[in-house]
Order: sequence, then C-alpha cells, then structure tokens
Amino acid sequence: MITTLLAIEGVAKLGAAVGAGLAAIGAGIGIGKIGGSAMDAMARQPEVISKLMTNMIIAAALIEGVALFAAVIAFMCL
Amino acid sequence: MNHIKRLLCVALVVFAMMPAVQAEGFSAKEVVLEHIKDSHDWHITDIKNSEGQIVPIAIPLPVIVNSSTGWHVFLSSQFEHHADNSGLRQGPFGLAIATEGDYAGKIVENGEPVLDLSITKTVAVMFINVAILLCCILFSARWYKRRKASDPAPGGFVGFIELLVMYVVEDIIKPGVGKGYEKYAPYLLTCFFFIFTCNVMGLIPFPPGSGNVTGNIAVTFFLALCTFIVVQFSGNKHYWKDIFWPDVPLLLKAPVPLMPLIEFVGIFTKPFALMIRLFANIMAGHAIAVAMPCIIFLVASMTAGVFYSMSAVSIIMSIFMMCLECLVCFIQAMVFTLLSSVFIGMAKAEPAHE
Repeated sequence: MITTLLAIEGVAKLGAAVGAGLAAIGAGIGIGKIGGSAMDAMARQPEVISKLMTNMIIAAALIEGVALFAAVIAFMCL
Repeated sequence: MNHIKRLLCVALVVFAMMPAVQAEGFSAKEVVLEHIKDSHDWHITDIKNSEGQIVPIAIPLPVIVNSSTGWHVFLSSQFEHHADNSGLRQGPFGLAIATEGDYAGKIVENGEPVLDLSITKTVAVMFINVAILLCCILFSARWYKRRKASDPAPGGFVGFIELLVMYVVEDIIKPGVGKGYEKYAPYLLTCFFFIFTCNVMGLIPFPPGSGNVTGNIAVTFFLALCTFIVVQFSGNKHYWKDIFWPDVPLLLKAPVPLMPLIEFVGIFTKPFALMIRLFANIMAGHAIAVAMPCIIFLVASMTAGVFYSMSAVSIIMSIFMMCLECLVCFIQAMVFTLLSSVFIGMAKAEPAHE
C-alpha cells in the first residue's frame, strides 16, 4: 500500500520531468525552423531585415506560448 | 622553476578539494516558490540579530476579511510568525493562516476559508506599479497639452514615451485593428503599458520592485477577460455570421454543426491562450531569475573547487538570463497587444467581396 503510494508520487514527478523536456524539444524545433527561415530570407534580401526580425520575434513568441502551456501543465503535475 | 610550478599545481588541487562553507538544509524549490507566490506580508529578507536568531524583515500588509463575525481589517503582523502544532498561524478574531493542506497560504476560520479581500503582496505591488505608470504617462501628457502640433518634437523622457506610444500605435494597433483604430487605441495602449511596467518592475530585485504581478494567473485572467469583452462587444453582424454560419461546404455545418462548434470554442480559446502565454512566460522568467543564484547555495556545501567554479557559472547564467528577461518583458507586452488588436480587427471584419 505504502509502496504503491510512493510509486504514484514518483511516477507523477517522472511524468512532469518528461513532459517539461518534451515541451522544450517542441519549442526548440519550432523556433529553430522560424530562425532558419528568417536567416535565409535576411541573407536573400538584406534591405527588409528589420521587418523580418519583427515578424520572427512575433512568431517565436507565439510558439513559446504553446510550449510554456505544456510547461505549466508539467509544473502542475509535480 | 618547474618545481615551483608543480608545487603550485598540487596546492591548487588540494585547495580545490577542501570543503568550502557550512550550509544548512537549503530547498531551492521553496525559495523559488516563495518569490513567485502571493502572500499576506511583503517578506524582504532574513537577518541574524545580536543573539544569533534569524529575524525576518517583512512589511506587514492590511488584511481585509469577511468572516462569520463580520468584516475585519487589521495588519498581517498580528498573525503568529510560526505555525503551531496543527499547522496554523494563529491570529485575531479566530482567524489563522494555514501553512499546509488544501488551503495552504490562505486565511481560514475553523478549517474553512473566509472571504479574503486583503491587500496582499501582488495587490500592493500592482498599486505601486500603477502609481509609477500614471506618473510617467500623465507627466508626459502634460507636455503635449501646453504645446501645439507644429512645435518641435520632444526630447528626453517625454520623447522616450512618445517613441513607445508611436511604435505601438503605428506598428501594432493600426495594422491589427485596421479602420477605426482610434476608438480602441486607449484600451490597447493601456494594456501594453501596464503589462510592460509590471514586467519590468518584476525584474528589479529589491522593493519597490520584485513583485510578481503579471506572473499571477488571476491578473492575466483579468487582462484576457477585458480583451474578450472588448472583442465581443465590437463584433459586427459579419463576425457572428462567420462563427455560426461560416462560408464552408454544407455538410460541415448542417446536420452536425461541426464548424460552428469549432468556431464557438475558438472564441474562448484565443483569450485563454493570451492569458496562459503571458502568465507562463513571466512566471518562468521569475522562477529562473531566482533559481540561478540558488545554484550558489546548492553547491555551497561541496568542495571549494566546485563551489567557486559553479558560482562563476551561476553569475554568468544569471546575467544572461536577466538580459533575456528584459527582452521577454517587452516582447510579451507587444505580443499581447498585437494579438488583442488582431482579434478586434477580426471582429470588425468586412465581408470579402467575391
């Protein structure tokens, strides 16, 4: 009985840690793709660098919102 | 010469292996959570007084509760500092602050929570932030009242505020809302400046800063609720038509209203995402800002070599994360305002002419 309860608490922490790691992977992949495309576009057309930078930051913030949503859920599992 | 070098290497290794400082049990998780959570007093620091006891320095804040004996207003210093055997910090009028269990941190009376409208730490910091914001904006606005439109542009502090305001209006509100943006500019500018001020004040590590206002989900919930109300009340006929009878093939909306249901749920998920995005970003930033110096305390009980090197790493990481946090403050305020203005613009959409 006690070992089951301890196991449940341990599994909850394990789930939280794995979830947070997966959220980080998701954010990394998404923002990496945005950054890569932005780099390509900036190299192609240096005169619109500031516009590209603004839109890149906006897209990165939106993706980070979703990833932090997963991080908040993982934090609640702890 | 080689002898001296060898001797120095051995001395360095021996020094690095020595234990560094004595440290009692330190729980990084508790320290981080204490800085993020709300509380009834503003705890600044702990100092050791002349008898060697640890005395907390805290600013007590007013407690306003409505219990079964009526309304009570008193300072939170009237609660005991430490919990008694049942885990309650006793106080006047039969009230106590629970320190464990379901109602940890809340004021309870005989185990049940009471209606609590106290000025807690978040509320007090919010008042301070709002006072600072009002001073900045109203002072700048007075400059414009005394001059005509053809006068030269302002410099200094007023120029900085004008820079921010013009950036938000030209690059965020006008493209987002479209026609008729003047009506919504006051609300959206208030959003932007309030979130930006609260974020920046949360980064300053000593009072009057260091309060976690936008990292509190109740505050961001209210901001998202305001956006939700503004968007729904500015929706015109085409907006509601696009939700409940969208321009899609008939099978997607007739027997089983699939698209209308999805669109209806979308009305609520968009402000919900606004709330979570701002809350999670700022709370995570504050948690990291507190956790980076905690590394120093965690490695304090290890050998001197580990201690000094990890302290250097912690300081470098702290500087880097604070720079990132400054950027995140501005970006999150900007993204909240941008998405709010885009939602308002979508609510006032004109039908696409075929």
